[in-house]
Amino acid sequence: MTSRRPLDPLDLLDISALLTDEERAIQQAVRQFLRDKAEPHLARWFEEAAFPSALVPAFGDLGLLGMHLTGYGCAGTNAVSYGLACLELEAADSALRSFVSVQGSLAMYALWRYGSPEQKERWLPAMAAGSAVGCFGLTEPDHGSDPAGMRTTARRNASGWVLNGTKLWITNGGIADVAVVWARTDDGISGFCVPRDTPGFTTRDLHGKLSLRASVTSELIFSDCQLPLDAQLPEAKGLRAPLSCLNEARFGIVWGALGAARTCFESALRYARERPQFGKPIGAFQLTQEKLVEMALELNKGLLLALHLGRLKDNDALRPEQVSFGKLNNVRAALAIARSARTILGANGISLEYPVLRHANNLESVLTYEGTSEIHTLVLGEALTGLSAYR
Amino acid sequence: MNIVVCVKYVPDATADRTFDPADRTVDRVNVPGVLSELDEHAIEAALQLAESGDAEVTALTVGPAGASDAIKKALQMGVDKGVHVTDDAIHGSDAPATSLVLAKALTKLDETSPVDLVLCGMASTDGGMSVVPAMLAERLGRPQVTFAGSLELSDDRGTLTIRRDGEAATETVEATLPAVVSVTDQANEPRYPSFKGIMAAKKKPVETWSLADLGVAASEVGLAVAWSTVESYAQRPPRQKGTVVTDDGDGGRQLVAFLAEQKFV
Repeated sequence: MTSRRPLDPLDLLDISALLTDEERAIQQAVRQFLRDKAEPHLARWFEEAAFPSALVPAFGDLGLLGMHLTGYGCAGTNAVSYGLACLELEAADSALRSFVSVQGSLAMYALWRYGSPEQKERWLPAMAAGSAVGCFGLTEPDHGSDPAGMRTTARRNASGWVLNGTKLWITNGGIADVAVVWARTDDGISGFCVPRDTPGFTTRDLHGKLSLRASVTSELIFSDCQLPLDAQLPEAKGLRAPLSCLNEARFGIVWGALGAARTCFESALRYARERPQFGKPIGAFQLTQEKLVEMALELNKGLLLALHLGRLKDNDALRPEQVSFGKLNNVRAALAIARSARTILGANGISLEYPVLRHANNLESVLTYEGTSEIHTLVLGEALTGLSAYR
Repeated sequence: MNIVVCVKYVPDATADRTFDPADRTVDRVNVPGVLSELDEHAIEAALQLAESGDAEVTALTVGPAGASDAIKKALQMGVDKGVHVTDDAIHGSDAPATSLVLAKALTKLDETSPVDLVLCGMASTDGGMSVVPAMLAERLGRPQVTFAGSLELSDDRGTLTIRRDGEAATETVEATLPAVVSVTDQANEPRYPSFKGIMAAKKKPVETWSLADLGVAASEVGLAVAWSTVESYAQRPPRQKGTVVTDDGDGGRQLVAFLAEQKFV
């Protein structure tokens, strides 16, 4: 008798056996939902640069928005389940995962962790249900990796706070009902909850993107934007607050990037088995097999890494440096897999009929946002040597 | 109000479905199984009725150990509790025997809390007979209302009106409760289990009953007493290459001839 399960090319290491029933059920629910509601339209959304707003309430019904938070209508799943959901979302398109990351891990998490009871009551239930969209304004035109240099200011006046400045590359900006905005005050960096209709707050969507085309990316402009005193997030003190939010979102990317990679791998594997050249499927050629094996190695190692980090997070033992490790490794690996898949698909690889170049292009953004690969390298360099190379 | 949905655990249609060579029954052990997709419409109908008023929904299944997965999915979708009838003697049961076990289980449920409505899918995705709901209604002595494309309860919840879309006509059928109703895949769009539903499902009660619990003798069910059995089976031949019709002026005629030959027109 053997207890060995048949080999599944898409799960060579039987990693799904390491998940709980509940984690598998959540993954399955997301996968099935996306297969029905997203997959048939992904190429069109990318081509037309259209974000599928109609999906947002359905995301809410499923429980995707703020899923790893507790209370306020949030599902309260564990971190591994959140990771698996990100993986499935990004297996469809990085734009969908980006939406959910920004809504749940950046905007909702910031309010949930640092907001006042009134701010939480006002926004979290609506954001969990998908009836309100949030965005997160930290990055500025001249301050990406170095947010400490931000120029956006919040000054006190008689009626509260006055916000001035510009935020750039803000996912969900143009469709947001509320923005969590970080600004310099006399007491250091503070967070503010800015509703869409606040006078002096406008957004401008960015066009001409070759990546994350199905995602809304915007500029947030604050011009003497008057906020009441209670718009400030009372518990957020200094830059540590927004960085802790980014760490949450990054954890989702550690998993999400592998979703994009999985789709590319599946696509390349199927193509290699079916596409004949010189009288046999190209999958029978050694060069193609090596590519496929390299992809499978990196994909499976990346999944083990993501799962390890997820278990650490669920034990409240995950350090930011370890998230940097995961993001650096898994996004880099995913991008390499997507590019390699593109070569297996030949000319078809550049077409929107196949998902690989769409994913490769999306992953270029993923490589850069939420901490560039360079910065994560330096974070780990500092962790190893105790010497900071960038501060 | 008390609604029971009969659900079936079937081999996943996306897997390689096969028979057990030993007794030529459907292989339910080595092929991954799922809750029959068509039964999800019955569950959705039950949940919608429950949401429009106060009702408890129970999912009932007859099947091997793995069939508890079908119950689990029903609970994740929002059903309140589950009953799983399992017994080695049930293996290989045909529709009459299955309806007998279901009827006994429903009678047992009825004793603790009267069952107002029994919902079934329009067919199983493996056997595809569509006869169990009718047999069940006969055994229970209740009105049978099959192939409901829509369901509506009267205000006093004493009668049920359904729409049945036939080839020639659309019928409106009314029945007094308690009744047995089968629901088509046109009736609704089944919900996805939400994360909250998935997490809550673990805490919902599931009872497991044997034939002895229902007072059914092993000799009344199973392959040995089945009215029909599979004599032989063969792999479906691989799909043939399609015919390409080149239009040299008579493409339309060739197309019509093909459709006529296939009895599409």
